[in-house]
Amino acid sequence: MLTLQCPYCGVDAEETELQGGGEAHLKRFGPGSNDDDFEGYLFLRENQKGIHFERWRHAYGCGKWFLAARHTNTLEVFGTYPAQSTEPPQHIKDAISAKLPGWKWGNFS
Amino acid sequence: MSTRLAKGGRLIDSTKPLDFTFNGKRLKGYEGDSLASALLANDQMMVGRSFKYHRPRGIVASGAEEPNALVNLGTGGKFEPNQRVTTQELFDGLTATSQNHWPSLEFDIGAVNQLFARFLPAGFYYKMFIHPRPFWKHIYEPFIRQSAGLGKAPTEKDADTYEHFYFYCDVAVIGGGIAGLAAALEAGRSGARVLVMEQEAHWGGRAVVDGVMIDGEPAEQWIDNTLAELDAMENVTLRERMMGAGVYDHGYVLGYERLTDHDPKLAGPRHRLWRIRTKQIVTATGAIERPLSFAGNDIPGVMLAAAMRDYLVNYGVSVGDRTVVVTNNDDAYRTALALVDAGLVVPAIIDARPQGGGELMEEAIARGIRVEKGRGIAKVKGRARVTGVAICAQEGEGAVLAEIDCDAVAMSGGWSPVVHLWSHCGGKLNWDADQAMFRPDATRAPTGDKGQPFVITAGTANGHLYSAEVLVDGYTAGRTAAQAAGFTPAATEAAVGEDASQAPLLPIWLMPQGAGHALKSKAWLDFQNDVKVSDIQLAAREGYESVEHAKRYTTIGMATDQGKLSNINGLAILSQALDEAIPNVGTTTFRPPYTPISMGSIGGAARDELFQPIRKTPIQGWHDENGAVYEPVGQWRRPYTFTRGGESKHDAVKREILNTRNNVGLLDASTLGKIIVKGPDAGKFLDMLYTNMMSNLPVGKCRYGLMCSENGFLMDDGVVARIDEETWLCHTTTGGADRIHGWMEDWLQCEWWDWKVYTANVTEQYAQIAVVGPKGRQLLEKLGGMDVSKETLPFMQWADGVLGGFNARVYRISFSGELSYEIAVPASQGRAFWDALWSAGQEFGVMPYGTEGLHVMRAEKGFIMIGDETDGTVIPQDLNLGWAISKKKEDYLGKRAQERSHMADPNRWKLVGLETLDGSVLPDGSYAIAQGKNANGQRNTQGRVTSTYYSPTLGRGIAMGLVHNGPDRMGEVIEFNTTNGGTIKAKIVDPVFYDKEGAKQNV
Amino acid sequence: MSNAVTPLGGAKTNIGGLTLEDMGLQGMISLRGDLSSKALAKAVKAVTGQGVPELRTANVMGGKGAAWMSPDELLLFVPYAEADAAVATISETMKAEHHLAVNVSDARGFMRLSGAGAHEVMSKNAPVDFHKDVFTAGMFRRSRLGQVAAAFWLDAEGGFNVVCFRSVADYVYRLLEVSAEAGAVDAL
Repeated sequence: MLTLQCPYCGVDAEETELQGGGEAHLKRFGPGSNDDDFEGYLFLRENQKGIHFERWRHAYGCGKWFLAARHTNTLEVFGTYPAQSTEPPQHIKDAISAKLPGWKWGNFS
Repeated sequence: MSTRLAKGGRLIDSTKPLDFTFNGKRLKGYEGDSLASALLANDQMMVGRSFKYHRPRGIVASGAEEPNALVNLGTGGKFEPNQRVTTQELFDGLTATSQNHWPSLEFDIGAVNQLFARFLPAGFYYKMFIHPRPFWKHIYEPFIRQSAGLGKAPTEKDADTYEHFYFYCDVAVIGGGIAGLAAALEAGRSGARVLVMEQEAHWGGRAVVDGVMIDGEPAEQWIDNTLAELDAMENVTLRERMMGAGVYDHGYVLGYERLTDHDPKLAGPRHRLWRIRTKQIVTATGAIERPLSFAGNDIPGVMLAAAMRDYLVNYGVSVGDRTVVVTNNDDAYRTALALVDAGLVVPAIIDARPQGGGELMEEAIARGIRVEKGRGIAKVKGRARVTGVAICAQEGEGAVLAEIDCDAVAMSGGWSPVVHLWSHCGGKLNWDADQAMFRPDATRAPTGDKGQPFVITAGTANGHLYSAEVLVDGYTAGRTAAQAAGFTPAATEAAVGEDASQAPLLPIWLMPQGAGHALKSKAWLDFQNDVKVSDIQLAAREGYESVEHAKRYTTIGMATDQGKLSNINGLAILSQALDEAIPNVGTTTFRPPYTPISMGSIGGAARDELFQPIRKTPIQGWHDENGAVYEPVGQWRRPYTFTRGGESKHDAVKREILNTRNNVGLLDASTLGKIIVKGPDAGKFLDMLYTNMMSNLPVGKCRYGLMCSENGFLMDDGVVARIDEETWLCHTTTGGADRIHGWMEDWLQCEWWDWKVYTANVTEQYAQIAVVGPKGRQLLEKLGGMDVSKETLPFMQWADGVLGGFNARVYRISFSGELSYEIAVPASQGRAFWDALWSAGQEFGVMPYGTEGLHVMRAEKGFIMIGDETDGTVIPQDLNLGWAISKKKEDYLGKRAQERSHMADPNRWKLVGLETLDGSVLPDGSYAIAQGKNANGQRNTQGRVTSTYYSPTLGRGIAMGLVHNGPDRMGEVIEFNTTNGGTIKAKIVDPVFYDKEGAKQNV
Repeated sequence: MSNAVTPLGGAKTNIGGLTLEDMGLQGMISLRGDLSSKALAKAVKAVTGQGVPELRTANVMGGKGAAWMSPDELLLFVPYAEADAAVATISETMKAEHHLAVNVSDARGFMRLSGAGAHEVMSKNAPVDFHKDVFTAGMFRRSRLGQVAAAFWLDAEGGFNVVCFRSVADYVYRLLEVSAEAGAVDAL
């Protein structure tokens, strides 16, 4: 059972305080978008064995959504950061690179 | 026979006798006994029967690894099956019965299975029960069900209580032997918060029984001193009778504390499940002795050598008068010496090693014990009890060289470190060929949230068999763990252990090594599940080469002991059969819990009224007192109807509806979600959330709105009220309140975080009561204080005021088609307000109504219900709700999806009303049948019923449903299937069955 | 408002050395806004007499004060009868900036658990480290108790003040009661 640090309230919250929200950094496509973009937004996910960026809500705590960079196999957490981020912070990317040189996830590497 | 000796037994108090019963026999034991030792003291060697062949089974071990001796414990509400006698402490009045036999333990019908053993080989079930297929249901399954299962299921409710306990520490030490204590000491001295768990009632592990000396004194002295020092440390918590049950991700550990099993008279919970978070874990879990595989090794009286020593030293119990010891290592010599010390006879030590052992062997020889080197047991003689052994050359095929009369056999095949807790979370193992054991690989430890190793193993669990190494390893582990947890331990001088030097072990997987089929098919690996050497070899021959497959094919390791004794022997046999090295074959997966834990402990306090939280409205007390029949809606319990006298639910619903339509009804609508949305961008935000416009809703007015997911599907609906320029109040469905609030926050926090909008879920701030019916206005006017006339408060408006002395917000909204007010008052006054409406309403014939009445009335009006008309595949357009979808807006959640070709297809199933030709009620969920069949041979369908009720207002069945091109087919008659295989005809009609003009609600 | 009642109806239980009691009607205001703003601090001071609490702390004394709920939310404590007036005061003080102040007094259950062993009773129900050296007076935490959301803080007198939703107040009360009745663990 995971423990993730909520970047807002600083609590090391165990999984029972949290609600998972699927993949992070999705770009929303609305009316006017083409079918491929819309399909990608709704249905296509990275789903790698390895690095994963995901959404969590500190549901039983401060109620805030945050993002986490986690290794899906070892469950190592490279960091958590606010949901108001369009890409992972550099120090988290660096931490991932140290463990997974050459990693790639969506548009990030 | 097994008996209690006149002397000895360091754990028992022979001045305190205890009474207990086994299969109704009254027996005596002493305080400090385990149930196993007490049974043995009463010569109750045979305690059960095996699973498949119903062979007699005796106690074979002395701890958690015991595979055979499972009993039913207790009676009534304290009854529990499959309890290990070796881990059950004796108490006065204990009652135990044996399992898996009929009609009695001594005479068992099922034992005929063993006569057919050669027809019941590995994989028998898979081979036998496949053909012919019809036999499965009527012949095979009943047969398997009858013979399956060991203990009986309890028939009464568990009389005990249980609880959870969350605990946080820096270092959790699992195992209270000398390695664990040394680790705890070192970690404790560093100032780290340390938790030490010992599954038994005694500390020190095997050290005392094995005669270990520490710092020149018997181990007991060091153990006592260490415990005293640990006990005095504020930062150290010592718990005995607590098993480290499992190690999980990110330093999560389950501790299973048994509080009253040893004395059920004690007050408080029976078990406590510790939910531990720790930075570091030390697994000092010791090792388990392995059996040797020789013919007849399952006959009662054959026991692990160290277990026999435990019974002798700890409880003063001798398993037999004449014990043959058979071994491939030096440790078993300790048992022989202890037996001789106690005045018992050891006719021979059969040592499979050609050169025999070391110091301990010399001592045995000096004491006059006959040692047979390079020999093995060809066969154990006896049926329900050992009567002798036949000796052979280990290297041969089992030709008998001599026979020795004996009534017990002590066997030792070496030791397997308990690596379970190390492995639970991914710790890897190495095969140590010299000691013939899997040992934790410290370089491949389980890793935690920072990628750091978080489990350290110590002592015998790490493969160290000398106490000197065990202690050093323990201290080191404690120090390493404390350091990894952020403390700076000072290295202290380690205590020094000493014990006899030992000659190397010789791995022996089959005795004798050339045993033929007759012997191999009597050489047991898994005692409880009746898996023998021959079965594993058969599995290998039939192609089950993976250890996981061989396990499932033969059922080895699948019994309640989860292979603690059998797994290593089994996979060694498998690797020989496959001609592979043991590490290449690998182990099966170690999964928590280490030994079974009670269901009660998993539930903890969550039972009876605390099983799950039941949410209650401020008016619930009134409902309880007035005949409410509840239905669950999420975690709420809402009154379905209020029955009076001997009335049926159906009649009550009918009465409530007619009364509401003709007089006035009250509905507790407090559970409806109420969410405040405020801010300069709140209008813009709500326009994105709802399919229609909310930004242009005038202050003081209400508007019905729909919310869709990004897939375009309708997910919630409700009335929105504009409170002031910047504030809206959104009503959601009862089940949707938390979900929709979360949905709003999700978009505000994760997508439009620059929009200035705040939300607050105020669902529970208000008690909300719907006053519904033609006399509703009169009732409110009687309460007085607010002008609720049509002119001042028309339909779809709201007003604040004081009503009958209550601060109230009154909404003119209707879900029934009647004149209707929904009135919100502070929740603390909800009950008082309901009472005021109730007494003022008596002259108007007021009655409460429940959710069923609500549902029927909305269906009579053709209003949709989320969850009935919607199921996650329905878009608003399907429900003819196009009027509630803004054409002007460029975007709203779900709009893009509703433009997809499948969603925009004119041939979708759409909402219509349905009337049976005979006036009956259509079955819920039934399908409209179409011509032809699909590829699977099923009838094609063209629609389905989404809501169906008896309408008391109309005196007939009414329904709504989704039908292919439905709205274009008004008046057409189609057929629906029924549950008895027939069909029923229904006409497609307008879904508004009652007051189509809306005359009744707009008064 | 003489007919206002709490969901716990004034319940009080003594179990061993522990006391569990309904704290009665308590004014509570959910205030969302920029916690660093001067206007917000002024509003909080005006209605509670207290400053804006630090991250994960509460400064409630004698039924007045504030608790840190999230980076943009406080829970203010005022006398029950004054809650609506306090909301009006806040709205007036903060009218120039985006905020939300709403009376939630009736949406809550409010109870207090005090006495020796209260730490352990809490530890039976929340995934939080309640060790006396770790969870100290003034600390405020939102988590869960059993299966429902709850917020709690430890006051200077050693009592845990527990706030939960009104609909589950009796569940939380009973959960704490059962946990207290089960006796001490002797581990904290």
